[in-house]
Amino acid sequence: MRDFARLLDRLSFEPRRNAKLALLTDYFASTPDPERGLALAALTNELDFRHAKPAMLRALIGKRADPVLFALSYDFVGDLSETIALMWPKREGVNAAPPRLSEVVETLAKAGKTEVPGFVSGWLDTLDETGRWALLKLVTGGMRIGVSARLAKTAVAGLGVLSPDDVEQVWHGLKPPYEGLFAWAEGRAQKPETDDPAPFRPPMLAHPIEEADFERLDPAHFAAEWKWDGIRVQASAGRERNGALKRRLFSRSGDDISAAFPDLVDELDFDAAIDGELLVMVDGRVQSFNALQQRLNRKTVTKALMKSAPVGIRAYDLLSLDGEDLRERPFEERRDRLEGFLDRLAHPALHASPMVGFSSWEELADAREDPAQFEAGEDAAAIEGVMLKRRDAPYVPGRPKGLWFKWKRDPFLVDAVLMYAQRGHGKRSSYYSDYTFGVWREGELVPVGKAYFGFTDEELLEIDRFVRNNTLNRFGPVREVVHTKENGLVLEVAFEGIARSKRHKSGLAMRFPRVARLRWDKPPAEADRIDLLEALVNEDEKA
Amino acid sequence: MTEAGLYCPAGGFHIDPVRPVERALITHGHADHARAGHGAVMASGETLKIMAARYGEDFAGSSEKATMGESLRMGDVEVSFHPAGHVLGSCQIRLDFSGFRIVVSGDYKRQADPTCAAFELLPCDIFITEATFGLPVFRHPKAEDEIAKLLKSLRLFPDKTHLVGAYALGKAQRVIALLRQAGYDKPIYLHGALETLCRLYEEEGVELGPLEPVGKRGKELAGEIVIAPPGQLADRWARRFGDPATALASGWMRVRARARQRGAELPLIISDHADWDDLCATVLETGAEEIWVTHGAEEALVHWCKTAGLKARPLNMIGYEDSGETAESSGA
Ligand SMILES: [Zn+2]
Ligand SMILES: [Zn+2]
Repeated sequence: MRDFARLLDRLSFEPRRNAKLALLTDYFASTPDPERGLALAALTNELDFRHAKPAMLRALIGKRADPVLFALSYDFVGDLSETIALMWPKREGVNAAPPRLSEVVETLAKAGKTEVPGFVSGWLDTLDETGRWALLKLVTGGMRIGVSARLAKTAVAGLGVLSPDDVEQVWHGLKPPYEGLFAWAEGRAQKPETDDPAPFRPPMLAHPIEEADFERLDPAHFAAEWKWDGIRVQASAGRERNGALKRRLFSRSGDDISAAFPDLVDELDFDAAIDGELLVMVDGRVQSFNALQQRLNRKTVTKALMKSAPVGIRAYDLLSLDGEDLRERPFEERRDRLEGFLDRLAHPALHASPMVGFSSWEELADAREDPAQFEAGEDAAAIEGVMLKRRDAPYVPGRPKGLWFKWKRDPFLVDAVLMYAQRGHGKRSSYYSDYTFGVWREGELVPVGKAYFGFTDEELLEIDRFVRNNTLNRFGPVREVVHTKENGLVLEVAFEGIARSKRHKSGLAMRFPRVARLRWDKPPAEADRIDLLEALVNEDEKA
Repeated sequence: MTEAGLYCPAGGFHIDPVRPVERALITHGHADHARAGHGAVMASGETLKIMAARYGEDFAGSSEKATMGESLRMGDVEVSFHPAGHVLGSCQIRLDFSGFRIVVSGDYKRQADPTCAAFELLPCDIFITEATFGLPVFRHPKAEDEIAKLLKSLRLFPDKTHLVGAYALGKAQRVIALLRQAGYDKPIYLHGALETLCRLYEEEGVELGPLEPVGKRGKELAGEIVIAPPGQLADRWARRFGDPATALASGWMRVRARARQRGAELPLIISDHADWDDLCATVLETGAEEIWVTHGAEEALVHWCKTAGLKARPLNMIGYEDSGETAESSGA
């Protein structure tokens, strides 16, 4: 546990990807099985301790610390596990050795709900601040130390000559503590048997296109398609040895999200892997991202929700079909096979995403500006731009240069006034980093949205200072700040779209708002009025 | 209490006023306690030198040096200065009148510090304490262990300049002295803003070993230790070192969000203030029946004092930089 805690501690402060990789690889190389495999499982979110929830932690600290001091400390630190780790009182006479990671994992796997608090507080007594922090992060499953599952797998690959995608290919067929995987990575054994009929295939990603690219690139070499405002998924299905069909839906990062979408997963009656965009579709029409949002980040789903927000896929690509890996084939060929396959399948929830015909960049720019006029029709509201794909490009995992480009629609901008600020989470937990902003309506400010990001670290400090020095009222973690016509902070807010919403006081809901600039130069009186947003809604609805 | 800060009517003086006043007693040289422009100033000899170095010789109308531990009469009050263990020349101020004793702690710490005189425990009736780290999440580890982390990183990444952010008064010299104690005898490189105070410390008899200005040097300082004010770490100035390992020495480094926000890859929890355990212990050891809490996390310490059966109240002082982000001058 001590080495694992030190690793997490170092990782959490190390900003450089390469240094993180070096720390991880060094840990994997110097730590024996099964400890390193369990660490890998923890870093890739494959461990789940059902009984260790925040409520249990609160109860533990409640027994050891004064509630007022705890509340003040938590308010300052902003992170429950860290607060408890730091203020956990030393207990005289404890000299047991700290537990090993495997001991923690094995004990908790077997422990009943009522036994868990006893084990956890016993371990807390033996660990130092860093160890306690790591333990609590581990058991509550909220590591957030800036290490993606992908990076952890890359570090395993780095033990020998494997590539990260080699690891990715076999990953879903393996279980902690991954002894076979480490043996393979270190060149001591063959590739572990997985025979997974519906594996995850690491996706190919696009670069944002830049002004200069247009001069360099020949439009004739590229095909274009709409970029949908949903979530990128991979639908993978195939036969197991006993003939049963295994079906899976993966997120872009390889998380298995099948359980949240049984209505779609049950329909994957084929031996193939499709890359596409998951969208809510009602009567064959793509709905806005807001409609999809209610179905995201769920472990399960109700019948009512499946009925009111049915999902489907707009397919971009075909990665395999009937046991044949198509990823080496050129895009044009894969696209033909995709269309043929989906035609034969003729399923109402699975469509090829339509291509956008164009002969010059200007023409494509027009299509991107106004998709409704370019055959997107009523679906246009769910389009966030166009994708450009080289016609002869194979499907290359990762983000290869020069093959795929994304060309998003320009964001909307509004000048709004900061009204309320709330303490953030994670990295920003001791700063006021969640901002509610408003625009003018008949001489009064109405809140129209919230932004959590977009600003630099420097700007965060400036806003935080402004909030602390200009507080009017406190409501728990929220502060109301000065916002008169003369005094206040104007934020230039960028956002992707805007729609009517009954849930918001202003009647409007912005999509993906973020702080684009701080307008210290602008008096609040000169911020925008709600009429501007109303006009944008109409524009957005029309589009 | 007045607008300018803590005022003693019986003696006719302020202590650490934040605005210019006629007569000021100054506990120590940090800019939020020691301001320029007072009529008459009394402080330890070191503090007076620090103020002169920072503000110029004419930092006050007149100045008088207080002799450590010696009482003198001001109005109806017997005043004496005693070491606070915070930075060079830092003092607590003791006030006696009509058989009643008040101690104003200024900023203080109980941890050992090779660069200044150790905190002296002063029994009293009312103890006016700081509370910069007045939350139970702040328990400072041994400073020696934090320095060991820095030296270990230097061994692991011998190609990197190790850039250490440390406040110009107190922290920088303590970090240097701790490095020397740990056996590090190579030259330590200084940002220009630290040179004057390091020289002043040496003139006052604090040995800091070989020090060199960074000057125009940059990448050639790979594998060396460079000390700079915290504000310089993210500045353009720091880019000259390529891709340095960035350490920051401060008590705030205990909280991850703070450390990350300041861009510290190597947070060194080294503080010149008392941590929670030491605040509580000191409050009890003074034997005071009443505790007044000046700047910092007053609420928690006041609450704790009450649970310990003591009278306590916050003074809600304004103008002391205590919030961590801006504490460039308070040596947290
Ligand atoms: Zn102070
Ligand atoms: Zn100070």
